[in-house]
Amino acid sequence: MALELKNVSKVVGGQTHIHPTDLTLSKGTMNVLLGPTLSGKTSLMRLMAGLDKPTTGQIFWNGEDVTGTRVQDREVAMVYQQFINYPTMTVYDNIASPLRILGKSRQEIDAAVRKAADLMQLGPMLDRKPLELSGGQQQRCALARALVKDAGLVLLDEPLANLDYKLREELRVEIPKIFEEAGSIFVYATTEPEEALLLGGATATLWEGRVTQFGATPTVYRQPVDATTARVFSDPPMNFLSVSKMGAKVMFGDGQSVPAVGPLEPLPDGRYLAGFRPNHVEIISHSAGAMVFDTTLMVTELNGSETFVHLDHHGERWVGLIHGVHDLELGAPLKVYLDPRHVYIFGEDGKLVAPASYALAA
Amino acid sequence: MAKITLDNLAHSYLTNPSGEADYALKELNHVWSDGEAYALLGASGCGKSTLLNIISGLLHPSKGRILFDDVDMTEASTADRNIAQVFQFPVVYDTMTVRDNLAFPLKNRGESPQYIAERVQQIGKMIGMEAQLDKRARGLTADAKQKISLGRGMVREDVNALLFDEPLTVIDPHMKWELRTQLKSLHNEFGHTMIYVTHDQTEALTFADKVVVMYDGRVVQIGTPQELFERPEHTFVGYFIGSPGMNVIPAAVEGMTASVHGAEIALREAFEPLRGKVEIGVRPEFVTLTDGNGLPVNVRRVEDVGRHRIVRADLFGNEINIVASEDTHISPEMTRVTFDPTHVNVYVDDWRQAGKAA
Amino acid sequence: MDKTVNHKAWFLVLPVLVLVAFSAVIPLMTVVNYSVQDTFGNNEFFWAGTEWFRDMLRDDRMWDALGRQLMFSAIILLIQIPLGVFIALNMPKKGFWVSFCLVVMSLPLLIPWNVVGTIWQIFGRVDIGLLGYTLAAIGIDYNYTSDPVAAWITIIVMDVWHWTSLVALLAYAGLKSIPDAYYQAAKIDQASRWNVFRYIELPKMMGVLMIAVLLRFMDSFMIYTEPFVVTGGGPGSTTTMLSIDLVKMALGQFDLGPAAAFSIMYFLVILLISWVFYTVMTNLDRQEG
Repeated sequence: MALELKNVSKVVGGQTHIHPTDLTLSKGTMNVLLGPTLSGKTSLMRLMAGLDKPTTGQIFWNGEDVTGTRVQDREVAMVYQQFINYPTMTVYDNIASPLRILGKSRQEIDAAVRKAADLMQLGPMLDRKPLELSGGQQQRCALARALVKDAGLVLLDEPLANLDYKLREELRVEIPKIFEEAGSIFVYATTEPEEALLLGGATATLWEGRVTQFGATPTVYRQPVDATTARVFSDPPMNFLSVSKMGAKVMFGDGQSVPAVGPLEPLPDGRYLAGFRPNHVEIISHSAGAMVFDTTLMVTELNGSETFVHLDHHGERWVGLIHGVHDLELGAPLKVYLDPRHVYIFGEDGKLVAPASYALAA
Repeated sequence: MAKITLDNLAHSYLTNPSGEADYALKELNHVWSDGEAYALLGASGCGKSTLLNIISGLLHPSKGRILFDDVDMTEASTADRNIAQVFQFPVVYDTMTVRDNLAFPLKNRGESPQYIAERVQQIGKMIGMEAQLDKRARGLTADAKQKISLGRGMVREDVNALLFDEPLTVIDPHMKWELRTQLKSLHNEFGHTMIYVTHDQTEALTFADKVVVMYDGRVVQIGTPQELFERPEHTFVGYFIGSPGMNVIPAAVEGMTASVHGAEIALREAFEPLRGKVEIGVRPEFVTLTDGNGLPVNVRRVEDVGRHRIVRADLFGNEINIVASEDTHISPEMTRVTFDPTHVNVYVDDWRQAGKAA
Repeated sequence: MDKTVNHKAWFLVLPVLVLVAFSAVIPLMTVVNYSVQDTFGNNEFFWAGTEWFRDMLRDDRMWDALGRQLMFSAIILLIQIPLGVFIALNMPKKGFWVSFCLVVMSLPLLIPWNVVGTIWQIFGRVDIGLLGYTLAAIGIDYNYTSDPVAAWITIIVMDVWHWTSLVALLAYAGLKSIPDAYYQAAKIDQASRWNVFRYIELPKMMGVLMIAVLLRFMDSFMIYTEPFVVTGGGPGSTTTMLSIDLVKMALGQFDLGPAAAFSIMYFLVILLISWVFYTVMTNLDRQEG
């Protein structure tokens, strides 16, 4: 069971919504589409489902070309951001509806519905109408309806976005469980990098209609192929700094430099873009050879166990995530440190030149 | 800028409420200091929006009074209370330009055109929309419109309080950062009393000086983000704040030890024998996975969240989460956990029990 | 959105296409046919080209009728749209009275049009009509059969009575879709009632109002039954609207040629104005998005 997209693109009215893309999703995998709003996640999912026809390219399901097939003839289930349920039917009928269309027997339907309902903890609500349930329960009903079909391809378009923060956390823990039960191909769209990391599996990062990288989630996170992927896959956003390498030194800021060690050593001289994640910014130097930056502290935000520091470095805005609660003076200069092991080097064109060495070790 | 006092305030949406269950907002007695930033945090339906609407005057409370600077404002209209409110989705006057939108409240008050122009320029700069002041509000993005809503709220200098009702709901995660920090710097610069309603703990904790945690129409705890994190007064606070929330495990407590299925855990205070539903609470950040001595656990999953890892495990049938930093090495031999005694809290019937210092 | 092609759909549409062909397209073609031909009776036709069209354009009678029609439509719109909006603003939005008001507002729309005409015809009569009798009793000289002004006022008031509800109901639907938060924000901004109308309610109702204006314009431009029943086009030809004139020509005088030409031009004028409205409406929509 595999879904293959070959050179698939979507152009609407002169605007390219999806650039030509090749993608292969294997059986029993959880695939996350990560990208900001309007980056093409929904368009791509609609193409996978068969709700839209691609402008170019073909889509293969289990080796068969299904590009022209109607969505009703494919084994696809889809869950949307807005909890979509048939409002006049009870929860039981809602979950049973795809099976009834498939013409299964009463006993089969009953067994399948109860199993899905138990998995989604909807057992006691089976004879209520969706509008009588809370938001989280409505979405669980939609999820159960998608699962009961036992479709080969399950698409989830930001299903948790309209739920409360804590509810989102809870359902997020349940989704991998139902995924393991189902054994189908799951495709999950989200704007939050943390969700991608929590769901695991494979991630495709999207930016302006292009898939910038596709691979195992931890790999895409730790070894982004370009600055765009790194930017998409970071929350808070990744910090960037222009540097130039001259001989054995790397120059940045106002004539400061550090020795070029590790992955920086073999690089040819020239200008580069250094990227580093906020959680690697430190206010105490932990390692010799750490890069020092003179910044001004603009705003602090306390998280209860961590402190977000918003810094100004020569006009550039940086964010740091520091462990522990710190009472720092606003508007005052603040020295921050960065271990060179945590620095990603990108070429001026954005492509990754040297990954952060800590990522390679992990 | 005003101090807000809630005096025996309660509200029911039913005309003839009989018991406590009929009240959306149960009796509240609190004073909110002038110039502070507060967050009202809670799940949907906990009463936070009800409270906000009572403060702004859009809802009249069934019982009790509300005072601004010790003046009874319960009967005062919304206009008279001189507050500003930013709603969940951007509310802008589509047919007007950004400039006219910002000027609207001042024009309605009859301020001089010169003052209005000055103020609009100032506010436009503050929300970072100086360049777009003469654009039509209709075609702008959601976050630009929300900034306009915010600006319109701040344009009156003498506003008593700024109220925010889940204002970042429609905003993209990437923009949420910008708007949050902008709100924070605005608070730092101007010192308005700000009340921010949300269900998102990150928003609440990063924005507020003090967080008011609400559950089922009641205020469960008011404290700084750090207090809520380290000393949750109620298991709900422990659960709701922190990602993942606090681990709550049934235990027997006596003296300075708690025992879970015979295994002993050291506490930082001494307790008399406790009766009722006794539990200990410890946050995942203060649980360490080790291969040495400790309580036995079954590790079920290790999730990599990038900047740290979440270990989901099983302790005598209780679900327990552990947060391990990025650099910690996790090996299969690590089948035990230790709890940091300074961060273990004891709860009786969901409320924190204070012990005696040893 | 690009739906995948479903050929079965064509079969479902076929019956409708056949029906429309019979009841609309073919008769329309017949009219076009008549408009370019002349006959002296005995079913003999010969080609007349654009003669009828040229005749019509030079015909004073037609221009008079057109003038009257435009004035009628303009007055109707000027009264009904603001009045309908005003009523909608004052209709209750919540509670028991909502259904009551909606039903009462719908009643005039449900009455068959010639019955409406008959009602007003009797209503306005000085001898047996409530209105006519009362006006005469107060001393106002009101006679719609002999006084053009009275006739005009009667048919205008009748049309307002008949159709304002449509505008009111459409505007009400538009108003109901405005989220509460806008009104709350206006309260906080200390906006006056007029400002609330101007900046919140009117812009949000614009789409719906455009539809209302289009419908009312088309209907009033084509109006036949009601004025015909009340005044028959009189006194003289003072209330002869375009369609009344057309019918007189086609059926009364049996001048098929000119009548057909007239019909075509009538049809084209309405089409043109409707197209203008449609373009304005979709432009508004595009701006909104």
